[in-house]
Amino acid sequence: MPIKTKTKSKSNHTPKLKFNTGWEYAPAPESKSHIKLKDQYDLFIGGKFVKPQSGRYFDTINPATEEKLASVAEANTTDVDRAVKAARQAYEKVWKKMPAAERAKYIFRISRMIQERAREFAVIESMDGGKPIKESRDVDVPLAANHFFYYAGWADKLEYAFPNRIPSSLGVAGQIIPWNFPLLMAAWKIAPALAAGNTVVLKPAETTPLTALKLAEVIQESGLPEGVVNIITGFGATGADMVYHPDIDKIAFTGSTEVGKIIQKAVAGTNKKVTLELGGKAANIIFDDAPIDQAVEGIINGIYFNQGHVCCAGSRLFVQESVYNIVLRKLKDRIETLIVGDPLDKNTDIGAINSQGQLESIRKYISIGQKEGAEMFQSSCPIPKKGYFMRPTLFTNVSQSHRIAQEEIFGPVLAIQTFRTDDEVIEKANNTPYGLSAGVWTDKGSKIFNITTKMRAGVVWANTYNKFDPTSPFGGYKESGYGREGGLHGLSAYLKI
Amino acid sequence: MDKTIAKNKTSFSTNGQTTKKTSKRVDVLKTYKNYIGGQFPRTESGRYYVPTNAHGEQLANICLSSRKDFRDSVVAARGAFKGWAGRAAFNRGQILYRIAEMLEGRKAQFIEELIKQDSTKSNAQKEVNLAIDRLVYYAGWCDKYQQLFGTVNPVASSHFNFSVPEPTGVVAAIAPQDTSLIGLVSIIGPAIAGGNTMIILASENKPLCAVSFAEVLNSSDLPGGVVNILTGKPGELVTHFVTHMDVNSIIYCEPDPQTQKDIQEKSAINVKRVHFHSSVNWFTNKGQSPYFILDTQEIKTTWHPIENIGGGGSKY
Repeated sequence: MPIKTKTKSKSNHTPKLKFNTGWEYAPAPESKSHIKLKDQYDLFIGGKFVKPQSGRYFDTINPATEEKLASVAEANTTDVDRAVKAARQAYEKVWKKMPAAERAKYIFRISRMIQERAREFAVIESMDGGKPIKESRDVDVPLAANHFFYYAGWADKLEYAFPNRIPSSLGVAGQIIPWNFPLLMAAWKIAPALAAGNTVVLKPAETTPLTALKLAEVIQESGLPEGVVNIITGFGATGADMVYHPDIDKIAFTGSTEVGKIIQKAVAGTNKKVTLELGGKAANIIFDDAPIDQAVEGIINGIYFNQGHVCCAGSRLFVQESVYNIVLRKLKDRIETLIVGDPLDKNTDIGAINSQGQLESIRKYISIGQKEGAEMFQSSCPIPKKGYFMRPTLFTNVSQSHRIAQEEIFGPVLAIQTFRTDDEVIEKANNTPYGLSAGVWTDKGSKIFNITTKMRAGVVWANTYNKFDPTSPFGGYKESGYGREGGLHGLSAYLKI
Repeated sequence: MDKTIAKNKTSFSTNGQTTKKTSKRVDVLKTYKNYIGGQFPRTESGRYYVPTNAHGEQLANICLSSRKDFRDSVVAARGAFKGWAGRAAFNRGQILYRIAEMLEGRKAQFIEELIKQDSTKSNAQKEVNLAIDRLVYYAGWCDKYQQLFGTVNPVASSHFNFSVPEPTGVVAAIAPQDTSLIGLVSIIGPAIAGGNTMIILASENKPLCAVSFAEVLNSSDLPGGVVNILTGKPGELVTHFVTHMDVNSIIYCEPDPQTQKDIQEKSAINVKRVHFHSSVNWFTNKGQSPYFILDTQEIKTTWHPIENIGGGGSKY
């Protein structure tokens, strides 16, 4: 890449990378030839794909092309009931009684089969949800397989996980998952539930049902006893039917805080156990002694990973005043290099916004930000004419009261604020109803632990961001929900202890 | 499969001393060798012994390993330690699971060898199945025992303080002598799950499965040198195991009090961690536990300062 040096530089500008030199990346699309998609998907109940009683189907589209990928069954109240009955029967007759080490072997099998079919899963995930193939290939799918592998191992070791207790399963778990990490969220939900000895009714989001349905095929192939996992598709109403179903023992929900609160209310007075993984508005804090280039990469990854459709996205950036100018300049330069476009292209950094509705919501927040007086900067990159795309965006001159600093946008939009002292940034970072995650960047270890101790958030990344692992608990404080997924703590959500 | 086993049962044709022929084809006999550093060398000593089964039938010419073979194995194990201990715990789990997959695919061979070594067919099947399940069990533990045995310690000062288990290093073990496979697997599983590398001496009188298990390990993505398997006589080698200065831990499974005392005394030479498992029935669930992993772990505690834990005021 040519470097343009300003010989008579008037300021302290270092040589700047020049990006508009006409160099372009050749298209490098991942092939779709090896994937198998049906035109129509039924509900996966009792180990078989069955027609919905509702008789209705809806389309799932590719947000990058607006083309239909498949039509998918819409489960109504009767369908939900059938799925719960199948899960209950499998629980009572088979799964509950099976020796734990045998249960484990089925879960190991599922993990191995996801690994075997990783490429197919990755491509379908990118087609159905819009995320860049490099993310679905390197993050979503391997993590999903690893999650099954990790929890498989726990199945026959539960008595070690909770000292002085004999843990037992809950029964039927109803699980409702979001559209931002469709397969990964299915794995996060199903794997610990099965390891703990429960059976499952899972509902993927209406815009991204395909990888969950492919997972149903894998589950069928794995020989998992019929009814242990049931996967039903539909909209919010289907989810509501699950929440209100009297024979579900546990609700696990990942999604918006708004819906989470409705669920918490709905299960009041029942014996249903609940875990909620809800929204976030994470603070990513850059101190003046941070390694700036690394921090800039961390900011980019924190907010633009998966188009910003990440509940733990680092959507509020706090920069210490003394390094504000250099951080902002490097950030803008870096944003200019991000490639927005075809999710299946291996060079793409930012894929398609998941749905038209979400795109409109992001646009609404961008205009709110401008109206409230914040200053907007957007990449000058071209975006495809068809499909739902959004340029990476940041706002400066943001104040604490701005809606873009308070509300979850769930898109590639960063709100930047500055601070002078540790106490100030701790105060500002915690000034939110959310508490899912936070990031801190400094070369000083003692400062890291000071900040991580003070953050009211469930996951705090130090000199890194958006890192996930099956062994590591994930979940929020405050209105970001309760309960943890992952690790030892993720098990207890599915057990009577 | 059953047919093959039955045939071989009536024609132990090891050692070149064919007793009875049921087919015209001349069987190709396997040379049983050591497994050191991912290779299958014969013993450098050139010596052999011929164990027999209960019917007095000769099993095979088995390497009678020497002190030099053991010392070579320690070099291989030490060389492999850094890489193996440095693997992600998850990756170790995948490899242990792969070992189980490989063993599952070669069940018939192991059942056949166990029958040769005086097992009934049904017991042989049980033993092989149990060995596979035990490997899966330890595959699961690879990324979990840290969460049980590690701690975050609430020290009274402004410090973040945590303790994590780390592998002891090179483990030298003498496999349980009364079984050919399950004892061996039950000792190897927890040691390598915990990131150690090891040398294990097979059962003297039932060595066949140990050598075949080396072949399973060799096709399982397990790096060479992580597990080194020798055949020979414990009575001759145990002293060398215990006195070697680059061995960190010793595992001995026989109930012989004189040898136990000897091991304890000699281990003092470099403060080896000594573990005796003489009362364990490897065929039961008592034969598997994360505490076997803990046997070959050290605990490391890290202190790190936290700024102004009291919260009052900025440092500026």
